[in-house]
Amino acid sequence: MYKLVKPDPSKNLINDKGLRSDGRRPDELRSIKLQVGVLDNADGSAYIEQGKNKIIAGVYGPREIHPKHLIISDRAAIRCRYRMAPFSTDERKHPAPSRREVEISKVIREALEPSVLSEYYPRTVIDIFIEALQCDGGTRCASIVAASLALADAGIPLKELVSSCSVGKVKGHVIVDLYDLEDKYGEADLPIALMPNHNLVTLIQMDGKLSKEEFDKAFNMALEGCRKIRNLQNDALKRKYKLESDTENSKDSKEEVK
Amino acid sequence: MTILAQKKQLVIPGELVAKGEYDPDLNVYKDGENIYSTMIGLFEYQGSRISVVPLKHCYFPFVDDIIIGRITDVGMSGWSVDINSPYSAMLPVTEFGARQNYPRKRETTQSLRVGDLVKAKIIAFDRSRDPLLSARDRELGKITGGRMIKITPSKIPRLIGKEGSMINLLKKESACSLSVGQNGIVLVTCNSPKNEEVVVELIKMIEHEAHTQGLTDRVSEVINRKLRGV
Amino acid sequence: MSTTPHSSEILTLECDHIIDLASKGKRIDGRAPMDYRKIKIQTGIIEKANGSAQVDIGQTKVIVGVKIEAGTPFPDTPNEGVQTVNAEFTPLAHPTFELGPPQENSIELSRIVDRNLRESKAIDLTKLSIIPGKKVFVVFIDLNMLDHYGNLIDASTYAALSALLTSKLNKYEVKNDELVIKDDQQPLPMNDYPIPITFAKIGKTLMLDPNIQEENAMSTRLTVGIDNEDCVCAMQKGGLGGFEPSEIESAVETAIQKSKEIRKLIMEATR
Repeated sequence: MYKLVKPDPSKNLINDKGLRSDGRRPDELRSIKLQVGVLDNADGSAYIEQGKNKIIAGVYGPREIHPKHLIISDRAAIRCRYRMAPFSTDERKHPAPSRREVEISKVIREALEPSVLSEYYPRTVIDIFIEALQCDGGTRCASIVAASLALADAGIPLKELVSSCSVGKVKGHVIVDLYDLEDKYGEADLPIALMPNHNLVTLIQMDGKLSKEEFDKAFNMALEGCRKIRNLQNDALKRKYKLESDTENSKDSKEEVK
Repeated sequence: MTILAQKKQLVIPGELVAKGEYDPDLNVYKDGENIYSTMIGLFEYQGSRISVVPLKHCYFPFVDDIIIGRITDVGMSGWSVDINSPYSAMLPVTEFGARQNYPRKRETTQSLRVGDLVKAKIIAFDRSRDPLLSARDRELGKITGGRMIKITPSKIPRLIGKEGSMINLLKKESACSLSVGQNGIVLVTCNSPKNEEVVVELIKMIEHEAHTQGLTDRVSEVINRKLRGV
Repeated sequence: MSTTPHSSEILTLECDHIIDLASKGKRIDGRAPMDYRKIKIQTGIIEKANGSAQVDIGQTKVIVGVKIEAGTPFPDTPNEGVQTVNAEFTPLAHPTFELGPPQENSIELSRIVDRNLRESKAIDLTKLSIIPGKKVFVVFIDLNMLDHYGNLIDASTYAALSALLTSKLNKYEVKNDELVIKDDQQPLPMNDYPIPITFAKIGKTLMLDPNIQEENAMSTRLTVGIDNEDCVCAMQKGGLGGFEPSEIESAVETAIQKSKEIRKLIMEATR
């Protein structure tokens, strides 16, 4: 019998030059690709690639609510399901919803609720379905970014888009937008969602260990990350609808996007 | 007081469109001094009224709207009707069946079955109850033929045009009968299959290019080319 | 699927009253914004459990039992014990709690309690290995709601911590790869005592330890867990509203101060 000795991956998370194991600076986001309106059936949809994260979000509604006892008389109910595909992780994930997925569905819904003008459509429901096709750390944040775009794409009235970003700590360094390895072997993870115009934090969770000073630094880094991602969201939305509004140039610009 | 966007400029939810003492109209909201858009749409203002015309939205019922809906259920006292909106409508038996002269010939069937299309008017809706329909007026009732097209409800006014200019142009040139529901459902009935194809194509074109300049000219161009054979 | 909650329990008149009071820095039960209700801790109430505790915060009552059994370790931590938390919203605790599989609120609660204990490394899991890679102790922490009058998160975590601090583990021997349990007992090895502090945002005011009426009136909730070294070890926001960044920063500050007080209370009760 051989004993399997795995190298400790946490050793190389930050090198002497202060660069991370994937070559990023501590305050550098992964490359993010956003695409709006990727599905035909859903009323609204969006796709996000953030590093190796690949997540698709679809929105139906406002529509009639079933079962009827879920009706809220003065606003639309929002339903949200976050689901990881069985092939999305290193080891196959069992298709039944895990406790983690149940919790994440809830915090994502609560992160998006403040942005939706749900009182315009009482007694209806807005359904948000999120499929995480490949997960590589920070999927709840990426899901919020995509789902908020999908809501806008569905023509649902919003106060503004919700942006989201996580920060954390590895080997004592505060870093932004953790990927899987940093998430697993780091010392803290702090995901945040923000409505920048309203200066409103709509999601905050944390696990790990951060002193008050580290927390303040990390928190502000996350807010900054959210604002950067919000600009990308704005661009993605305008890109999609610009194509529709300038039909003359549509053929050329479609090429560009590819 | 400042306007921060141009007329017909593309805006997105949360985009600041104006500051100061303006009246927020459709699809915008006021937060203190600032007026933001709530939709992806085109910015509009008239005097002090600020609004956004959405590029995509669902149909919200209004009383007196004429709609085209699909029967989804038959009950004891009436029919449930899918009107392409978050709210399903109710058509009571008492509001149906007085006259049956749509589209052109008299229908003998008095009853509606699941899957049938019906043209009706919204006679009551207040958000706490589902919309109530009536199909008793002339031109209303069961639809017995034609082709159904769904377009974004916000594009319906453009399809109709100023005082019906666009829709009348289509009707006149194609010799087709066109029935438009405010809920984004359009019914085309033609004798000539060729003309039907052209009209469907034109409606799609109007939906797609509703907010662009010179649409009427481009529509006329297609009519000239494909219907008149010029 | 997670759905916007709504409750027929809520009385608009009362909510408006609570929001109005909050704007004046007052509360419906006469407390100051940064006061907890009276906290009562009883330990060792279930003899058959390795450890147990009931914590009452005002009228809220939660009982927690700890059972420790031998089991298999997780493949990625072959030499460490296992910690599992489960929450039971029994229908006797509130008219809106229903029978059936755990709903999102109880799953969220158990995960918040788990996160506080796990991230602060409260239980010294490295000392719970029996046969490395094969057999370890599994610490089952079962949270049982008895009476829901608000702030179940804090009550459950305090009770879990109190139960763990008073948990006894049988001494054992390993003979020919077999586990032999002895009669004498030792305390469960503990590293840290994480204290979560829960805030409710009512109107524009932050308050500690919301009771059930305040939970109905609040727009948002924030729980900040603080460990022995005054570091933040867990956080969770809940509810349909949000916080301004400055509110969160000041909440962390308050939580650090308040946690010392409550930790002292728990340490005294479990001595």
